[in-house]
Amino acid sequence: MGFVQGLKCRECGREYPVEPIYVCEFCFGPLEVVYDYKRISKVLNKRKIQQREKNLWRYRELLPVEGEPVAGRNAGFTPLIKAERLAEALGVKNLYIKDDTVAHPTLSFKDRVVSVALTKAREFGFDTVACASTGNLAHSVSAQGAMAGFKRFVFIPASLEPSKIIASLVYEPNVVAVDGNYDDVNRLCSEIANKYRWAFVNINIRPFYAEGSKTHGFEIVEQLGWKTPDNVVVPCASGSLLTKIWKSFKEFKEIGIIKEVRAKVFGAQATGCSPIITALKQGVDVIRPVKPNTIAKSLAIGNPADGYYALQAIRESGGYGADVSDEEIIEGMRLLARTEGIFAETAGGVTVAATKKLIMEGYIKPDETTVICVTGNGLKTQEALNGKVPSPYYIKPSLASFEEVLKEKGLL
Amino acid sequence: MAVKVKIPTPLQRLTNGKDEVEGKAGTIIELIADLDQKYPGLMERIVDEGKIRRFVNIYVNEEDIRFLQAENTIVKDGDEVSIVPAIAGGLV
Repeated sequence: MGFVQGLKCRECGREYPVEPIYVCEFCFGPLEVVYDYKRISKVLNKRKIQQREKNLWRYRELLPVEGEPVAGRNAGFTPLIKAERLAEALGVKNLYIKDDTVAHPTLSFKDRVVSVALTKAREFGFDTVACASTGNLAHSVSAQGAMAGFKRFVFIPASLEPSKIIASLVYEPNVVAVDGNYDDVNRLCSEIANKYRWAFVNINIRPFYAEGSKTHGFEIVEQLGWKTPDNVVVPCASGSLLTKIWKSFKEFKEIGIIKEVRAKVFGAQATGCSPIITALKQGVDVIRPVKPNTIAKSLAIGNPADGYYALQAIRESGGYGADVSDEEIIEGMRLLARTEGIFAETAGGVTVAATKKLIMEGYIKPDETTVICVTGNGLKTQEALNGKVPSPYYIKPSLASFEEVLKEKGLL
Repeated sequence: MAVKVKIPTPLQRLTNGKDEVEGKAGTIIELIADLDQKYPGLMERIVDEGKIRRFVNIYVNEEDIRFLQAENTIVKDGDEVSIVPAIAGGLV
């Protein structure tokens, strides 16, 4: 019942069957899922999508699975919020937040990709799922893997903060703390993936896993009333999410769900790790790897795997990008929280601050419809705000003491 | 003395299983063309239309040639060249 024809190298076009592989044997390019859009356009339409349950599987014909999902039955379909107070603060009229801070079950957009990866892993016959991660991905693999009944191995750098380790450990996967940094962990996992028959969601399952990100884009179009926004601002680490959001818009056009794709895609990075935005601003294709130094740890990938494709998508759409300092990131998080009541992780601060910059620089116009992609929940990275938020008012348990504060601080 | 070239596992089938071979000094593209004489097929795996393929990284003495003179980077006798497939990694 699936609509996948096979895998294809994005670089040289060589074709491969549907297998847990991710690199072209010939030219080492990444493999991409190929769909039969003609057949999909015959069976999938707006009405059919709208009749289905409000989760990411309502777009299942455009996801690389054959049978019933084994994970993510409540994942996806997060709110698209009309952000009127934030819009006013930024001096624009039509601003929306695509809010994956409330993603089910682990409060980040990784629940989308892991839902697809685990379903595919089961179809391939794997009994063990694994990942290399510093945070959100580890949480989602641990939680959803538990629910779907997989053995789980989660590889993390040993130096990770205790709160992040606990948020994986509670689901009782095998957590392997590696004496090294994230790049060392990733390299080790590639070796392990070669030797053990495990489904590493972001290595040998990557072509399928990454497709899950498209649902973030499909939902934006559906929730805007079946049209693309004028602008969409996307945080970039590897560049995969941005690339897949662009792909989602084009696929909806390809199968006739929308008539045109008008959206400009904008990238957002932290200045302390901005290899994609740097190449964009310099007008070059080659991405120079950097050593990350930013509080936005979930975006701290110095050598972005999909950076080149993200650049292509940004340029093809007529968009642009911005990078923002750690101070601007904190202010972005606080601005989003005090205007819209959304507590985003640092990556959300990056996206809000970058949007502000793009508006000020004139790349985003006040009358246009703009969607800001917020991809993870701030409760996971509270330490980033230590000493950066206001203090409580400390009082004695008496009315007099309370009123003293009211008067002293001018709170009435 | 010659240029030392490290060959990654997926290309060792073309170099009779050797993980290190020797090549001639010159530009990177000349070096690869020379190796292709001895190990036919190597060139097309690494180079497309005169350019190093996007997902192949080449390092001269541990510096990525994209930040030197790319295909025209000169290598001397005694230099060490590594050919490394860029492995798809990364998250968001």
